[in-house]
Amino acid sequence: MTDAHTTGPFIAAIDQGTTSSRCIVFDKDGRIVAVDQKEHEQIFPKPGWVEHNAAEIWTNVQEVVAGAIAKAGITPADVKAIGITNQRETTLLWDKNTGEPVHNAIVWQDTRTDALCKELGRNVGQDRFRRQTGLPLASYFAGPKVRWLLDNVEGLRERAEAGDILFGTMDSWVIWNLTGGTDGGVHVTDVTNASRTLLMNLHEMRWDEKILQSMDIPSAVLPQIRSSAEVYGVAKAGPLKGVPVASALGDQQAALFGQTCFSEGEAKSTYGTGTFMLMNTGHTPVNSYNGLLTTVGYQIGAERPVYALEGSIAVTGALVQWMRDQMGLIKSAAEIETLASSVEDNGGAYFVPAFSGLFAPYWRPDARGVIAGLTRYVTKAHIARAVLEATAWQTREISDAMTKDSGVELTALKVDGGMTSNNLLMQTLSDFLDAPVVRPMVAETTCLGAAYAAGLAVGFWSSTDELRANWRRAAEWTPRMDAATRDREYKSWLKAVQRSMGWLDDES
Amino acid sequence: MAKNIQSLERAAAMLRLLAGGERRLGLSEVASSLGLAKGTAHGILRTLQAEGFVEQDPASGRYQLGAELLRLGSTYLDVHELRARALVWTDDLARSSGESVYLGVLHQKGVLIVHHVFRPDDSRQVLEVGAMQPLHSSALGKVLSAYDPVAHNEVVENERKTFTPHTITDVRDFEAVLDLTRARGWAADVEETWDGVASIAAPIHDRRRMPVGAVGITGAVERLREGQDLRGDLVAAVRDCARAVSRDLGASRF
Repeated sequence: MTDAHTTGPFIAAIDQGTTSSRCIVFDKDGRIVAVDQKEHEQIFPKPGWVEHNAAEIWTNVQEVVAGAIAKAGITPADVKAIGITNQRETTLLWDKNTGEPVHNAIVWQDTRTDALCKELGRNVGQDRFRRQTGLPLASYFAGPKVRWLLDNVEGLRERAEAGDILFGTMDSWVIWNLTGGTDGGVHVTDVTNASRTLLMNLHEMRWDEKILQSMDIPSAVLPQIRSSAEVYGVAKAGPLKGVPVASALGDQQAALFGQTCFSEGEAKSTYGTGTFMLMNTGHTPVNSYNGLLTTVGYQIGAERPVYALEGSIAVTGALVQWMRDQMGLIKSAAEIETLASSVEDNGGAYFVPAFSGLFAPYWRPDARGVIAGLTRYVTKAHIARAVLEATAWQTREISDAMTKDSGVELTALKVDGGMTSNNLLMQTLSDFLDAPVVRPMVAETTCLGAAYAAGLAVGFWSSTDELRANWRRAAEWTPRMDAATRDREYKSWLKAVQRSMGWLDDES
Repeated sequence: MAKNIQSLERAAAMLRLLAGGERRLGLSEVASSLGLAKGTAHGILRTLQAEGFVEQDPASGRYQLGAELLRLGSTYLDVHELRARALVWTDDLARSSGESVYLGVLHQKGVLIVHHVFRPDDSRQVLEVGAMQPLHSSALGKVLSAYDPVAHNEVVENERKTFTPHTITDVRDFEAVLDLTRARGWAADVEETWDGVASIAAPIHDRRRMPVGAVGITGAVERLREGQDLRGDLVAAVRDCARAVSRDLGASRF
């Protein structure tokens, strides 16, 4: 996407994602000037294991940066800063003398550390480190993956203790390479990525010595924790040689930033295969008693960090794909709206897509999917409607949990992601939340967030207020459902959720 | 009764033959089954192949039914698919033009708005998805009437209401507007539907050049016009957007 009307200067954002690496060039209004993207291989060595080749990823990152700069038809002098956003929790260890990874990166989805996490929980269980880190002990996070690598790659622990090995999430890997690699690369991570390791103390923004000891991870491998928006170094080579590398944010935090959720109580929800909702809770980390994660939202330079509550829904867009691929009820994902719009309501049917158990706020691995309330009256169109409603109700449940934990009522929900093109879903979401749902004009909020943070760090943008002024509403849906209907429907949904629980007899 | 066209009858027979039990047939099998000279059969098969109704297996040289036939049965483009494809391009159009963007399709006797992007100025606006616009006076409607024969029939056969002193209702004047629209590839509505409001719209085509919808911007006539003419940069932006969406539909339908 190029546009002859835009002129420099620009910010380049690199999004090192789970399936691909992308580079987007933004202008001062936050408009997209050029995009380049390249997918990388998903490596599945065993069931439940997922790896990436970090060397391939670094090559791809260099290519997409060169590609985007070429498409934009600009020079390094036009680019004021580089921002980084990345797939979170994916873990890599590499040799600082050769720059070579000692093993493939272990991807966030990888479950090989399930048993290790149980062991680390000892008699306390999942919540052993929650007070310090805001997270439950789960295979999802980086710390246990580091430990697994140290235990399983031959001779690695000795090399790590001797100070020859570096650990990083993908932000660290990209920044270290960009800033020179073996030739003076800086070994840093930002607070948002560090907050997903299970190793950082949320209150002090420092690696937690006690947890490091419990997990048996030598502190010599750890990157320095920095803010999300500051100059870490400059690009040492390539098409952006000499340009400051000035931001790093985990992808969901970057989307929060790109959606300009800078005030306490502001929230965004990204609708993809699954859904991630984050709410800004201001300068205090809010403990969750309702199954949410406490995480760092962002930190701009020397300012105080801003915290967030995070809730994830495993199956949203994936349910629509399931209707298309497994059930064959629709030919394309967009058609779900056509089918669902052909009826006025769900006909009494409720679809709880607990395909791999229930996530927030229930955390019930013993649950499985159910369609409840079936009668002879129900058609495939009612089921399609129930499919869309499932995404909306699950969002409502996360939002309720956030309100309970933070005491802040949701005033409006900012949305992004592929499913926001579904008008009926967005209206239903607004109806069920009883709050306005707003879609911004730039769909690429993740890259935009990284660009914004980098631009702030180098003075390209002056303040978060200026970024807010850049934010443009593309569409807004307001609630149309009466309270009595909403309450009745919510009650039915909650009943259906109860029916999904306890399906697996023996949860070991 | 007029005599039927022989080559069409033969082509139809070939399609039926290929749709029968044996799915792939060689040239001589087709020719002998239908009692045709090989040369004649080959000419018809080649024409059907060019239209996509028949495909030739590159390895064996045998013929089978083509993907185009499947498409004929399901050509209807889902409007929600259209919206999903148009999303990024219409956002970009709203930003570059500074005006609100509408995407419309023919529905009964009017234009159904299937997508709406707010004017990027942070003013309070209401989503108009599901609203209808008139075929004969709105820019979206004129585009659809100019390119889609079904829309053309609707607008010519039905009453064309006068909304403002500028509304064109006479059928011959209206046909001239459609000629102009086809000649330059876009349509305008300058205070013909609403006082003080102007629109510019261009057609969206699918991969077979079928008009599937129209996209346009709408705003205050003072902003869209420069002197007596509509602004060239805005016309270009609307047409760029329509082309981008069309390209997206063509590249990825199958």
